[in-house]
Amino acid sequence: MAPVSTIIDGSAESWLVQAAIWLAWTTGFSLLVIIGILLCVAYMTYAERKVLAGMQRRQGPMTVGPFGLLQPFADGLKMLSKETIIPSQAHRIIFLLAPIMLFSLSLIAWVVIPFDKGWVLANINVGVLFLLAISSMGVYGVIMAGWASNSRYAFLGGLRAASQMISYKASMGLIIVCILLVTGSLNLQEIVLAPRPIWVQILLLPMLGVFLVCILAECNRAPFDLPEGESELAGGFMVEYSSMSYALFFLGEYANMLLMSAITTILFLGGWLPPFGISFLGFVPGIIWFVLKIMAIMFFFFWTRATLPRFRYDQLMRLGWKVFLPFTMGWVVLTAGLLMSFNALPGQIVGGGL
Amino acid sequence: MIVQAFAFYLFAGILILSALMVVSARNPVHSVLFLILAFFNASGLFVMLGAEFLAMILIIVYVGAVAVLFLFVVMMLDVDFASLRKGCMRYVPLGIILGGVLLFELVTLYTYWRTAPGVKFATPTAVNDLTNTEALGMILYTDYVFAFQMAGLILLVAMIGAIVLTLRSRPNVRKQNMLDQHKRQASDVLEIKRVTPRTGV
Repeated sequence: MAPVSTIIDGSAESWLVQAAIWLAWTTGFSLLVIIGILLCVAYMTYAERKVLAGMQRRQGPMTVGPFGLLQPFADGLKMLSKETIIPSQAHRIIFLLAPIMLFSLSLIAWVVIPFDKGWVLANINVGVLFLLAISSMGVYGVIMAGWASNSRYAFLGGLRAASQMISYKASMGLIIVCILLVTGSLNLQEIVLAPRPIWVQILLLPMLGVFLVCILAECNRAPFDLPEGESELAGGFMVEYSSMSYALFFLGEYANMLLMSAITTILFLGGWLPPFGISFLGFVPGIIWFVLKIMAIMFFFFWTRATLPRFRYDQLMRLGWKVFLPFTMGWVVLTAGLLMSFNALPGQIVGGGL
Repeated sequence: MIVQAFAFYLFAGILILSALMVVSARNPVHSVLFLILAFFNASGLFVMLGAEFLAMILIIVYVGAVAVLFLFVVMMLDVDFASLRKGCMRYVPLGIILGGVLLFELVTLYTYWRTAPGVKFATPTAVNDLTNTEALGMILYTDYVFAFQMAGLILLVAMIGAIVLTLRSRPNVRKQNMLDQHKRQASDVLEIKRVTPRTGV
């Protein structure tokens, strides 16, 4: 280590060396994160099939490799070997751009996610807003796919997805406002580390429930998988896609589910900290708690898929606009009022003007 | 510095190019997509200025909500834009006059730009150790709280106005009554009968 630090101090090339070290570190970390997420995505598909199979008293994938563990790779290879079909009436560039955009956006958001204390690519001040911004861009992948396919099924699926994602984004934003009122920071690490008294946690519990439903709708997962709606739309916005472009949609969907689980973990479940603040569990590395919590929420995704039938579209819209939006809005006011009256607002020291 | 200059020219260049494409693209959907690209690059410029809160809000509000609605409307419209464009050469002189006036105003504004002598001392120094989210919040909710509330009220009125204008009461539409559906139990609609073989119900 010593020669590196002497180079960094003072000498003429220090700027270049520092830039090179920074570049190498960032690239390496990004690659690690991307590969990790792709592996997770592969085995999440396997886990989903196993969980669904278990709930329906079936075996699930079991022939490729021991316990079917190589099944995701077999599926991936099969996808790669298929022919890419572009419909002749499709808008070619947008048609190909849509899956790329969806997939890359679902990876970009991971730069602000802290995996452990200090294990984050970009520790920015507006981490929560960055996540909201990137996930609101995700709508375009779906709309562009629906429109560029030039097919009625795909178009209907795209429109459904877009209106659904916008509707639930509103209540998601209000829930996040509740969290921000408690923590007083937009930085994800500070949100995890902010102290939460037990009554605040009870106050936030209903918001956790609403947030879990919102992320189901946001990821277009069952029971809100109307954009795909294979019973009436034959696959929705991805109906015209095949081969690698379809695989990108699939990977993007699962990476988005992982991302939403990570966001829920950070906002509500205390990120990398041991559960319930039990201090003697602190010897376990934080990233293991983080992954375990994400897996618990992923299990919730699979569980609802195996349990609940699909919503009707008017029920979905009613739930979003007439139930969740007023409820979360009222809860923001309630949270703010309680925090104010108990002198528990985090900004009261900074602001001073209150 | 080189990296910053490079990033600035990249963002600014794409911003101007995509803004040009917004007005010159033949397909209106392509125009909206270029508009989104322009918003995105503008927020990149905001980040470079150190205004990360504004950058993120620009994406969340304009890209995430406003432009989606634009795209919705434009995609659903079935307008033959080529035929609309046919007569538009008649308006070129008017356009040139309007553009000239705007250009003139911009040039005069630029050449007569003066900073008031007191401004240099009026910049708040205490804000420097705050993040710009906190600084914005402290100004917006204290000194300018009435202007802020007024802006919110104007938006509310606009929203109610839009709803009033588009709401039609159609008497013949059959709607689902959610309360009835929720109150419905399996025992109301299902009757379980034990059927003996060869007799039927």
